[in-house]
Amino acid sequence: MPKIEIRGLKKRFGNNEVLKGVNLEIEEGEILVILGASGSGKSVLIKHIIGLLKPDEGSIIVKGVDITKLSEKALNEVRKSFGMVFQNSALFDSMTVYENVAFPLIEHTKLSENEVREKVREKLNILGLFDVEDKYPSELSGGMKKRVGLARAVILNPEIVLYDEPTTGLDPITTMTVNEMILDARERFNVTSIVISHDIGSAFMVADKIAFLYNGVIIAVGPPDQIRKMEDENLRKFLDTWFRKV
Amino acid sequence: MHIFWQQLLGCAMKNSFNFKKFLSLFEELGMFFLLCAEVIIATFRPPYRIKNILKEMDTIGIQSLFVVLLTGAFTGMVMALQSLNVFAKFNAEGLVGSTVAISVARELGPVLSAFMVTGRAGSAMSTELGSMRVTEQIDALYTMGVDPKQYLIVPKVIAGIIMLPILTAAFNLVSVAGSYFVAVILMGVDAGIFIDKIRYFMDPVDIISGLIKAAVFGYVLTMICTYNGFYASGGAKGVGEATTRSVVVSFITILIVDYFLTVLMTKYLPGYVLGG
Repeated sequence: MPKIEIRGLKKRFGNNEVLKGVNLEIEEGEILVILGASGSGKSVLIKHIIGLLKPDEGSIIVKGVDITKLSEKALNEVRKSFGMVFQNSALFDSMTVYENVAFPLIEHTKLSENEVREKVREKLNILGLFDVEDKYPSELSGGMKKRVGLARAVILNPEIVLYDEPTTGLDPITTMTVNEMILDARERFNVTSIVISHDIGSAFMVADKIAFLYNGVIIAVGPPDQIRKMEDENLRKFLDTWFRKV
Repeated sequence: MHIFWQQLLGCAMKNSFNFKKFLSLFEELGMFFLLCAEVIIATFRPPYRIKNILKEMDTIGIQSLFVVLLTGAFTGMVMALQSLNVFAKFNAEGLVGSTVAISVARELGPVLSAFMVTGRAGSAMSTELGSMRVTEQIDALYTMGVDPKQYLIVPKVIAGIIMLPILTAAFNLVSVAGSYFVAVILMGVDAGIFIDKIRYFMDPVDIISGLIKAAVFGYVLTMICTYNGFYASGGAKGVGEATTRSVVVSFITILIVDYFLTVLMTKYLPGYVLGG
């Protein structure tokens, strides 16, 4: 059984139909990259997967449960098995790095302060962050913020991690660090990952499976090698911007 | 996102009637009252975030105290000066104290305190929530299984309801002190008469009605400011617009609510009508 199954997902905002029937399956432990141009509906799709938006039609089945039919309270329970890394990290800027990463632990567990401190430090160290606990997000570089964001997303040991445009707006070296971070997160925390991106290079580097979202529908799904050879006109137009150069 | 007042004013100014915009007024109002209802439900549902409430009480109350006291003192002083001008014509200078005390306790105290808190804390609230919205921090709270309405809005609303009456009481006190300073110390009105007339004319109901108003204003202004911030969109510009709207709409709404509260109190609060 797939970990997440999306069936016939439709969503419109006013007259603008953003998702026109998306079907997608994500297996356990897989890294799926959803590629698409800006405005193709990627962010809307990822927001549905974690229940931030409700679809007009269709269902999203996470571990056998259709989350589109859950109450807000039940949805909050399901969300504990998710971690989400936001495009701009979305760290709480009024809190220190420590308080940010500790936040889900303090909210959802009854651990003592020492245990929380221990866990936070462990996660930060694994991600190569040392002596940043008392800093505020505004004092960190972009790459460091991404890693703190990831530490916060995985602190409750979620089964699924969602990445919203993790490499957008980063320099090539930081982009590489983030790619490694995504692969690393799977290695170390054994998570199922969904990455939303328009960064073709990163996508082909980290993905087990790529789904191409065009105009509100998935027009191609498969392993990177297959996707690269597919003949679909819109897919080619998108990929050639990258591969022609190389 | 557009809001009720802006659109109402917009329609009035352009002197045109746009049916779609007219409908969106109701959508906006619906969203606002829905948020009010959600906040009430979230208030009575655990977890109770005492620490957040105390923090907000500090922001709304303690940090606004200085401006409220300053406003109070000068309001009392200027009112003493103005009423002395008039009362001197009737040899009734002794009435200055009671005039200032009653009008401040009933109206100026709650209204001006609410204005100062809106300007100081309400705008900050709106900006804070607005930037949290546009930087996806509010979405982040949802994804971590925490209800942002309960985490962010409820403590502010509770703190507003608790702190506004306290600030108003402080405002009342210093404005009477201010009028005492001007009337008695500067202008030589007899201190005994000044205080005796306050005692004679003032009832507990004057103060209590003002404090009730203050609590209602505290609720109204925190709800309006958090609503605008919470549903802000469109980056830094959107956050700025949300903040401006929060302050303007709060001011107008406070005055409108004040009128209707006065109508209600005149009808239902025993002893509210002077000499009644």
